[in-house]
Amino acid sequence: MKIGAVTFPGTLDDSDTIRAIEAAGADAVALWHGDADLRGVDAVILPGGFSYGDYLRAGAIARFAPVMDVIIDAAHKGMPVLGICNGFQVLCEAGLLPGALLRNAGLHFVCRDQWLKVENNTTAWTTRFEKDAEIIIPVKNMDGRFTASKSTVDELEGEGRVVFRYVGTNPNGSLDDIAGISDPTGRIVGLMPHPEHAIDALTGPSDDGLGLFLSLLDSVVTA
Amino acid sequence: MIDSVEHAAATPEQAQPFRELGLKDDEYTRIREILGRRPTDAELAMYSVMWSEHCSYKSSKVHWKHWSANTTPEMKAKMLAGIGENAGVVDIGDGWAVTFKLESHNHPSYVEPYQGAATGVGGIVRDIMAMGARPLAVMDPLRFGAADHPDTKRVLPGVVAGIGGYGNCLGLPNIGGEVVFDSSYQGNPLVNALCVGAMRSEDLHLAHASGTGNKVILFGARTGLDGIGGVSVLASESFSGDESRTDETLDPASRSSARKKLPAVQVGDPFTEKVLIECCLELFREGIVVGIQDLGGAGLSCATSELASAGDGGMHVELDRVPLRATGMTPAEILSSESQERMCAVVKPSDVDAFMRVCEKWDVIATEIGEVTEGDRLVITWQGEVVVDVPPRTVAHEGPMYERPIARPADQDALIADGAEKLARPSTADELRAEVLRMIASPNLASRRWVTEQYDRYVRGGTVLAQPSDSGMIRIDEETGRGVALATDCNARFVKLDPYTGTQLALAEAYRNVAVSGATPLAVTNCLNFGSPEDPGVMWQFEQAVRGLAEGCKELGIPVTGGNVSFYNQTGSTAILPTPVVGVLGVIDDVRRRIPTGIGAEAGETLLLLGDTRDEFGGSEWAHVVHGHLGGVPPKVDLAREKLIGEILVAGSRDGMISAAHDLSDGGLVQTLVETCLIGEVGARVFLDPDQDPFVQLFSESAGRVLVAVPRSEELRFTEMCAARGLPCRRTGVVDPESEALEIQDVATFPLEELRTAWEGTLPALFG
Repeated sequence: MKIGAVTFPGTLDDSDTIRAIEAAGADAVALWHGDADLRGVDAVILPGGFSYGDYLRAGAIARFAPVMDVIIDAAHKGMPVLGICNGFQVLCEAGLLPGALLRNAGLHFVCRDQWLKVENNTTAWTTRFEKDAEIIIPVKNMDGRFTASKSTVDELEGEGRVVFRYVGTNPNGSLDDIAGISDPTGRIVGLMPHPEHAIDALTGPSDDGLGLFLSLLDSVVTA
Repeated sequence: MIDSVEHAAATPEQAQPFRELGLKDDEYTRIREILGRRPTDAELAMYSVMWSEHCSYKSSKVHWKHWSANTTPEMKAKMLAGIGENAGVVDIGDGWAVTFKLESHNHPSYVEPYQGAATGVGGIVRDIMAMGARPLAVMDPLRFGAADHPDTKRVLPGVVAGIGGYGNCLGLPNIGGEVVFDSSYQGNPLVNALCVGAMRSEDLHLAHASGTGNKVILFGARTGLDGIGGVSVLASESFSGDESRTDETLDPASRSSARKKLPAVQVGDPFTEKVLIECCLELFREGIVVGIQDLGGAGLSCATSELASAGDGGMHVELDRVPLRATGMTPAEILSSESQERMCAVVKPSDVDAFMRVCEKWDVIATEIGEVTEGDRLVITWQGEVVVDVPPRTVAHEGPMYERPIARPADQDALIADGAEKLARPSTADELRAEVLRMIASPNLASRRWVTEQYDRYVRGGTVLAQPSDSGMIRIDEETGRGVALATDCNARFVKLDPYTGTQLALAEAYRNVAVSGATPLAVTNCLNFGSPEDPGVMWQFEQAVRGLAEGCKELGIPVTGGNVSFYNQTGSTAILPTPVVGVLGVIDDVRRRIPTGIGAEAGETLLLLGDTRDEFGGSEWAHVVHGHLGGVPPKVDLAREKLIGEILVAGSRDGMISAAHDLSDGGLVQTLVETCLIGEVGARVFLDPDQDPFVQLFSESAGRVLVAVPRSEELRFTEMCAARGLPCRRTGVVDPESEALEIQDVATFPLEELRTAWEGTLPALFG
């Protein structure tokens, strides 16, 4: 089982994502933004950070990296993809997920331990959770306010594609407290909070984040 | 017309604006003596910036003797690099070397809070890279004017956003620091930045340019007109103002004469720095770097002269090769530019291609700008003409040194005589209750969450402790769990009352904050923020502080590995409170045995108070908040006691006897109790000593005290250990997981919600 973690210039949480993949028992494969090569991975994670500095719009330039061409192609053929924070922004920019992430409502960067509710435990990345389970993992971002047109949000809500929702204080003003969403197949998931920073209570608020990586293992083995 | 060496030799009488550049008449005369002619414009730019207070330490150097006089061979043994290098390096075991340094970016942060603070982070991170280390975490000790002053609302949010904006984008966790308000910092906020990094011991890189024929490569961002500050006077039509350049390259007065409306504060690009970090680390891994130096204050002037000065040859640099981002720059401007995100490396000719390939991979611009030469001259050419020809040591290391007059201020006795004993104290239980709520909500004691939430504390996945813990702790080795803890502290009011003792109190607090995490203190750095060195009273404070710190470190047996001095922190003739920020680094063999700050992790914990509580309120937060008073003497310092507490805490954590610990400092016992309960989200019942005034027990700031939580099963073993080692240890309460209140018997009961509202509401209300 091989899971790729992409490094764009300015990606920050790539080594943490690799650590989480390995903690779940899979082989981590480092993927480079400039190489249109997936190196035989079974799934891809786009980690957090500030790709290319995010000076234009978060994720807007990363979306055009050579590695994204092959990821978009593979995703359309059913390969599971997880976008965390900046990775979520890249997936939205690439059109693999609907909506966009705007500057936080408070206009500040926010880093806090955040309670989330798992709204959908049938995606490739969430089967290890109970439905409606509450988990705590860190959120840390500048542009985390999810927004989309009313029809898109209705569609997401109607099809059960809101995967994670903020519980308690909404950290960034996201529409309907949305923290993470999926594509119609449930194989592509994006979320703002950082599961890779909650794999060990020593260095994070919990090990709840490990569930996403373990779920993926199950779903790829099952498939 | 290029002001070449040849031209300078032919025109000895040509007037030069050396005073506008901050050089004194005798300093200018000395430059002429060194060169045997007048300096060229480019040379004048180099000398003036390198001989500035900020770069040359000309007022403080003479006091460095206290460091060496107080460093024993045992203290030296753990140091791999010390004062004089870009940053101190210590051996922490398991083959790891850790480097850390604290630096100021005060004046730029007042003028342009966001960029000033951001580039402060960028600069200290490059210092750590220049040692060959991967930067791992940052911390920021900050001082601002009164919390409710309108200008603080301009400065603080900008500084915090700048630190976050740069550090977060760089991928470095921010693991702690300080935020302190005092009106003395009104026109002079202090923005200090600390960075810690690690490397394998054998990978230590020092800033040396060795080996004739080796190439000098400039890499990173292009060089522009930003941050040139005073040097642009060389290019201006008419000189105006004679204010001298002081610190950190910024002087508002000289900006008025700057041409082209240059920003005197440098502008940071954290993305470029992030890529530069990864590029540097790959270069280090490839083993193709002979010497490396960051470009910070004084830019290329500093990098070339320091590299050449520390090496065994000379250096030749072709300035035309420097990639520029502005047109029409003069040699003096290129040499003085403080454009950010640049590094300079010395590389063997056979490795240049490999070096360039790595830079290309990371899209980092790299340019060969010169080479190491025989002889001992630094020669810089521009359009084929020699514009600099100097002995590099005279620029970098042999600047002027002053023995500034020192005089104990005339009003020091009156200050000490004005003790805190006479201040009205709360006596009834109701008064005490009200005072507690007022104190925990005061700006210096309230929760720092509004600030620290803007910093990423998780990135890199190694953060074990961060704010609001007493120290920040990161894991260095994922296999063994070896890690380091860091704390910075300074109660400047104590320093004002007694600079010698006050600085030792800062050292004691930082030492204690590291020890309460379960780590063993190992080394010290500092950032000495003071007023004008030309004021004998300030120099007295400075000299006392340095001596206090040096002698204190000797008593604790931990060396000072480096530091930074920031002078001229004053508005008009009023200096800031003397603020020698002390940073202590400790090592822990396995971060899994770290001691957390919050109670309630284990069922049935007893609270023990270690140390002695005395009636000590001089310089206390209580006197400051309730009476606006500063006078008397600071608390007594007992470093032997601090050392003993540290040993007890490390032994206790090693044997699993301690479930939580929190230092007592600003605000006294009650502040510690409140934080311990709120962080752990559990209540506690506390019994005060019936034989001592409750007010003194709750608010005194006696040093050498720690509140420890021990599982009941370990209580006897722990108290017996304290008794055997002669450390006072008083059973002072129990954790009560069922209760949602802090109950201080015979004083008051505080529901946790009431405490949380008071403690957490202040900064958001002030800064939104």
